[in-house]
Amino acid sequence: MTPSQQRRTRTNLGRSKFAASLLLAVSLLSSVSCTRKTEQAADGSAKTSSSSEILIGEYGSFTGSEATFGINTSNGIKLAIAEWNEKGGVKGKKINLRSLDDQGKSEEAASAMTRLITQDHVIAVIGENASSRSLAAAPIAQQNKVPMISPSSTNPKVTEVGDYIFRVCFIDPFQGTVMAKFAHDTLKAKKVAVFVDVKSDYSVGLSDFFKKTFKELGGTIAAEASYQGGDMDFKAQLTQLKASKPDAIFIPGYYTEAGLIARQARQLGIDVPLMGGDGWDSAKLYEIGGDAIKGGYFSNHYTTDSTDTVVLDFIKRYKAKYNDVPDGLAAMGYDAANVLIEAMNRTADLTSAQIRDELAKTKDFAGVTGKISMDANRNPVKSAVVVKVDGADNKFVTTISP
Amino acid sequence: MTNDPNKTGHNPVPEVGTKPSAKPAPKRFAMSFVAPVGAFIALAIVGQLLEASTNQYVQLVLLFMCANIIFATSLNLVNGFTGQFSIGHAGFMALGAYTSAYLSTAVVQNPSFFDFIWFAIAGGLVAAAAGYVVGLPSLRLRGDYLAIVTLGFGEIIRVILLNTPAIGGARGLFGIPRPKEVVLGDFVFTNFYMNYLLAIFWVILTLVVLWRMVHSVHGRKFLSVREDEIAAQSMGINTTQVKVRVFVISSFFAGIAGAVFAHAAQGLTPATFGFTKSVDAIIMVVLGGMGSLTGSVMAAAVVTLLPEFVLRPLTDITGIDLRMVLYSLALILFMILRPSGILGTRELPDLWRKNGK
Repeated sequence: MTPSQQRRTRTNLGRSKFAASLLLAVSLLSSVSCTRKTEQAADGSAKTSSSSEILIGEYGSFTGSEATFGINTSNGIKLAIAEWNEKGGVKGKKINLRSLDDQGKSEEAASAMTRLITQDHVIAVIGENASSRSLAAAPIAQQNKVPMISPSSTNPKVTEVGDYIFRVCFIDPFQGTVMAKFAHDTLKAKKVAVFVDVKSDYSVGLSDFFKKTFKELGGTIAAEASYQGGDMDFKAQLTQLKASKPDAIFIPGYYTEAGLIARQARQLGIDVPLMGGDGWDSAKLYEIGGDAIKGGYFSNHYTTDSTDTVVLDFIKRYKAKYNDVPDGLAAMGYDAANVLIEAMNRTADLTSAQIRDELAKTKDFAGVTGKISMDANRNPVKSAVVVKVDGADNKFVTTISP
Repeated sequence: MTNDPNKTGHNPVPEVGTKPSAKPAPKRFAMSFVAPVGAFIALAIVGQLLEASTNQYVQLVLLFMCANIIFATSLNLVNGFTGQFSIGHAGFMALGAYTSAYLSTAVVQNPSFFDFIWFAIAGGLVAAAAGYVVGLPSLRLRGDYLAIVTLGFGEIIRVILLNTPAIGGARGLFGIPRPKEVVLGDFVFTNFYMNYLLAIFWVILTLVVLWRMVHSVHGRKFLSVREDEIAAQSMGINTTQVKVRVFVISSFFAGIAGAVFAHAAQGLTPATFGFTKSVDAIIMVVLGGMGSLTGSVMAAAVVTLLPEFVLRPLTDITGIDLRMVLYSLALILFMILRPSGILGTRELPDLWRKNGK
């Protein structure tokens, strides 16, 4: 029976090489996936079976061109978790972090999120920095009803994915509001000109909210002009803006253009303060703008130059652990982890749904990047800092609450 | 359901085997029809088993593997069989991915299962058209020059996608649907499974078409261009025409690969289709063997599964994230130890024949 069968199969295979190749591929495929699967299952169950641990997931770009963003965020998260574990963890359980690298690719972010949820069975996920990768992974968290909290994805669309998606950073339009308040309250400006990058969602969003709030506060928009990211010459528009005699100029763009605009504005004899958003936050700003950009103001998430004890404490501990000064991303990662763990601590029995509910109830959490309260759209209502460009360093000016 | 694997799994073999005296032509027809359908049914059953036994993560990786198989075999047609050197293949994949994704999100609401086939074909046609436009002038060039043109083309596509607000620009295009789940009585075919059926349909179709092509008279022309262009020309082969055809066909399937990828990932950003994606395809072609379709299939499987299912657990055990380092190291070692790739220019059945006789 068996030999004849064997012979038959062999002759068949000899005749029909194509069928053979495909069937072989099939059997190969199935055997590969089966063995891998059992391996994985064993691995996965080992992770979740120990009930003395709580597993939180994290995904970020630890390799690739944006690796510094991902690593700094991760450092902040790890610091927060280490502190909680020193204090005895949550409900007597130690917190364990599962970090996955997405290499800065959105499809890897999606597969990392899928893995964290369906294989590692994490109860909540922290990540990502970039809005595009958060947007790729968030629908998976939403589908599986696992809360996700993003440290620094500022695009409004991220939390619009669903009710399980949160963030701890303010959204783009909020900065427009902040700078309008700053111009009105601190600079005492009455007339402000706006110079916007029409090619960028971010810039347009900021300028719209700036104009709206500034008018509400009783100020007037003296003039409006636009440029396109990548432009080099801004003199025509600046001359037009100068003619309107503004008290300040709001330039919600990125640091490259902001630096060039500052130089050309000073050349044209415009000496009013220039203002921007966190797109200015780069060491390159001063390199490009030189002395012309000195004295400019922009809104940011956090500054190391703060006097707040929470911030000073965080900087001290971060330095002790990593021997490095924490940047905004590290601070945001730290806050995201703390907001999440605090919410976990408030739940009755640590289910994902309860964590979601508690996250939504977050109120007046004293974070490094400001007081955080979640609004109905799961975006934090929090303060922003305004810093003044002073050479290569920025000086803290004021904190503005919403 | 449990009895089915045995029944259908064995079906194709006896059917052909019981007709030893069949004439070549009908046998060939039977082979070209039965084998793919049999493979499809077998893979569909494997999919059901996976569905029951694994999690979504494993399934997602398998979907990416399907996309990579189509992507790699399509490039092998150009780089392996015809001896040209294209390093901008990701551009065609991007066109297919975005076309299919755009059609399924913005144009057709609530697409049905069969709509997805049309989306992919549309994606393939867009990619093929682009392949024609790029190929016609540039395939008169040789070697390095062609490589530079294709590289430039890939970048152009990426930058255009980056600056088109209708498809999300730099932020990307998200919320791309999968085929809806199908409920038959008590039995539910999940949307992953429907997506998987779609993916294996395209994998098998791609393999059958490419296999038939390279084993036809046209395939001989491809090989002649690869081996010696001048000799081929002197034998009366219009080498430019052959190269353009190959390029267009290859682009079409790259577009299909993009469509499979788009509905698996459910989100696209232009950054995904950068130069490294093109390099990934070249890695798979070289690893599998230039001019071996089954080699490309195996290489695509290795390249997709190795980092996820072997190197990730390894990272968990050691606690150091050396995933991409080990991956690169594995590739380097492989190329040193076996520079011709897994199969060289042979195919899987060739190995079989050698051992059998």
